[in-house]
Amino acid sequence: MAKGIWTLIEHRDGQIRKITYEIISEARRLADASAQDVTAVYLGTSLDDSTLESLGKYGADKIIVVNDPSLEPYTTDAYVEALEALIKEREPLVFLMGASTQGKDLSGRLGGRLGVAVAQDCTKFSMEGEKLAATRPIYAGKAYATVTFENSLPQIATARPNVMSIQVFDEGKKASLEKVNLTIDASKLKTKVVDVIKEAAGKVDLTEADKIVSGGRGMKGPENFKILEDLAAVIGASVGASRAAVDAGWRPHSDQVGQTGKVVSPNLYIACGISGAIQHLAGMGTSKIIVAINKDPDAPIFQKADYGVVGDLFEVVPCLTEEAKKYVQQ
Amino acid sequence: MNIVALIKQVPDTETQIKIAPDKKNIVKDDIKWIMNPYDEFGVEEALRIKEKFGGEVTVVGLGPKRVTEALRTALAMGADKAVLISDDALEGSDSIATAKALAAALKDIPYDIIFTGQRGIDDDLGVVGAMVADMLGIPHISLGIKVEVLKDENKVRVNRPIEGQTVVIEAPMPVLITAQKGLNEPRYASLPGIMKAKKKPLAEKKLADLGLDPKDFGEGSRKLKILELNPPPERKAGKKVEGETPQEKAANLAKLLHEEAKVI
Repeated sequence: MAKGIWTLIEHRDGQIRKITYEIISEARRLADASAQDVTAVYLGTSLDDSTLESLGKYGADKIIVVNDPSLEPYTTDAYVEALEALIKEREPLVFLMGASTQGKDLSGRLGGRLGVAVAQDCTKFSMEGEKLAATRPIYAGKAYATVTFENSLPQIATARPNVMSIQVFDEGKKASLEKVNLTIDASKLKTKVVDVIKEAAGKVDLTEADKIVSGGRGMKGPENFKILEDLAAVIGASVGASRAAVDAGWRPHSDQVGQTGKVVSPNLYIACGISGAIQHLAGMGTSKIIVAINKDPDAPIFQKADYGVVGDLFEVVPCLTEEAKKYVQQ
Repeated sequence: MNIVALIKQVPDTETQIKIAPDKKNIVKDDIKWIMNPYDEFGVEEALRIKEKFGGEVTVVGLGPKRVTEALRTALAMGADKAVLISDDALEGSDSIATAKALAAALKDIPYDIIFTGQRGIDDDLGVVGAMVADMLGIPHISLGIKVEVLKDENKVRVNRPIEGQTVVIEAPMPVLITAQKGLNEPRYASLPGIMKAKKKPLAEKKLADLGLDPKDFGEGSRKLKILELNPPPERKAGKKVEGETPQEKAANLAKLLHEEAKVI
């Protein structure tokens, strides 16, 4: 019989990714509500035992460790081979991953392999007995669907980054480690990472950013994004853009927030010169605090904003940068 | 080179989504349907590869008859032929069932590369591409923003942006690649293209034609059950930040963000 809540430890370059703490904490909450244990799976060779054990404080009871050189760096093929073997042998009830680029890539292929459903990019979970219910934005957040699984074990779901809160349950708890030897069939590994192109150091991806300053059509040109970058540098934010600004060629595609761009969920989202087209609102609606700065008092963005400033962004934003310095330096 | 593009039809991004009284569906009247924007990048990339290496581009769609419009758009852009998988029994199918039908249709179509969008902008699951690839036993690479075909080595090299970096991945053909924004700028269908598209072959297949049993599809076969749909959580009415001058407004805003929202 299937049992246990499993999560995947996402890591890169010898570092555990933040989403890992989010999903382990969430797994603990779900396990406590359903009398299950939390097992985290570690696939790789770069993390040491004490680092893995320390995940106990976020709620992991046990870590399954598979050290195989083919698992570093992440490739879909190697991960799916390893997870398929582990899951078929041990039959977990739930398998949670982060809805990062890795989790989204992996979950689909794993679901296909096991013939089970995947609930992607969820913002809320609950357990009803052994059944997982997941709530997920659809149509980029214009509606929310609550879904459950039928004839589908494990129940595979991914959690939207920045949504599940990180919780320390027991500062002193160490997770137990179980090392598993798996033979990964090299002939099944077709994809190969041949190069990695790093972005500017210190740039946090929008999907993981704690704060975002975004600019739209009201920025009037690419050179003016400098004032957003100045504000972002002071408050520790990443810079995003609306589709209008990206389609005008002012900002790269990777900066676009919205239904056809990135769906983001920061603690603070500052929209500058963005009117708030429905497809943009869809991409940032789960932000915790939304600020809108816009000349047009009737701009739809103000209906979504916690704080609205009616004014010229070219005047307000530089002043805000100066004002913010006072608080950041405190 | 034989290239296939899998396409889906979705509501236009400007669509207001209304939830039906049964809370399981959206209201589908008055929706303007478009080709899923990410699938359009896939079609464009397929055409560019064909223009470079020769060969044939087949577009495959799944869904009700209206999906024909999206297929005709792809034909007008320059695809050579189209296949529509359409069967009443498909209505309400989830990702796995959809992937199964697409994989079955692909058994009869030659391919070196299969493109599809990184996700549909309707249910935002983004799993069908990977599922199809797994069912076909071929590798997949997701979020392609640059695709190089190394024909002599029978492989592709794809740039895949992940958080904070781009990984370059190689895989042997046949391979499935999911398209991300930034891959290319899709062309518009030209008038002669639209005229020509009307004469291009568009085959319609039912599940039985693909050797599939209709009872494995549709609402009843769903492994991901929709309990209910709801509108997004309402956001409380916000505060207008007061001030006579931009300086005052900025000062008040910074104070609110620090003291009340506690985010700076």
